[in-house]
Amino acid sequence: MARYEVFVTYKQGIFDPPGATAERALRNLGYEGVESVKIGKYIRIETAGGIETVREMCEKLLANPVIEDYRIEEVGEA
Amino acid sequence: MRFGVVVFPGSNCEQDVVHAIEHLGLAAEYLWHGDTDLGGVDAVVLPGGFSYGDYIRCGAVARFSPIMAEITRFAERGGPVMGICNGFQILTEAHLLPGALLRNTGLKFICHAQPLRVEESVCEWLDLPAGTVLDVPVNHNEGNYYCDAETLARLNDGGQVVLRYCEPDGTLADGGSAPNGALDDIAGICNERGNVFGLMPHPERVVDPVTGGTDGGAFFTTIARRLAEVAG
Repeated sequence: MARYEVFVTYKQGIFDPPGATAERALRNLGYEGVESVKIGKYIRIETAGGIETVREMCEKLLANPVIEDYRIEEVGEA
Repeated sequence: MRFGVVVFPGSNCEQDVVHAIEHLGLAAEYLWHGDTDLGGVDAVVLPGGFSYGDYIRCGAVARFSPIMAEITRFAERGGPVMGICNGFQILTEAHLLPGALLRNTGLKFICHAQPLRVEESVCEWLDLPAGTVLDVPVNHNEGNYYCDAETLARLNDGGQVVLRYCEPDGTLADGGSAPNGALDDIAGICNERGNVFGLMPHPERVVDPVTGGTDGGAFFTTIARRLAEVAG
């Protein structure tokens, strides 16, 4: 049984309103060097299915390929 | 002629839709998301709400409900399907309509009367003259329509943009009239064939005059008339 971490983020060029708000809020707090903030989703999956199955899960349900990219990392045994 | 109104766990506008249809003297019945047949209905409406709590993404779980496989087959055979608000989100997730609905740019849930301009389109659900301005309420948090440039060109060229958010006089403001940041002020689109239609505003809320307007009636009577003509 392996543990996978999945990160889902908006594709390049898609406006991310919560990210933009966090970016402004950080600047307002005085962090003037902040160039960009993007907010995404973190999903942890424990499965014996293998990384190809996790990829399929992302394509089918966990991410919407029209607007989102995803990255999968295997982080050891569950 | 009967409408089927699909109830998903978390739908909350199905009774409004059925009331609107019956107010117009037409027949409607509920379809359960777990059903695997459409009970012989002639047109399907996916109502608004928060199917499956909007978890993962709005509509992402509902699209795998058992009834959706049958709705997909029905749509592919040319059967009329309309998705309102969450129903529109479900249709994009199911790839029955292109694009996606993103979070409103202002990060606010919006709920107000909204002028809409009818566009020249191939949509079977609406045949009002292009330029007609309708007052229909919007009520959503994720109504910011997005698609890639190629899809947008196809929608515009193919008469697939059915409704645009507009100003009360029907014009489009510089910088856009969409209250949610929607691309090209798009409020509603249909597929190439015109039988599958999705829109963010809620026409069912402006059918019975007791709720403040009657501009939504055409969204149900047009398809009923078309189907009656086909049936002879």
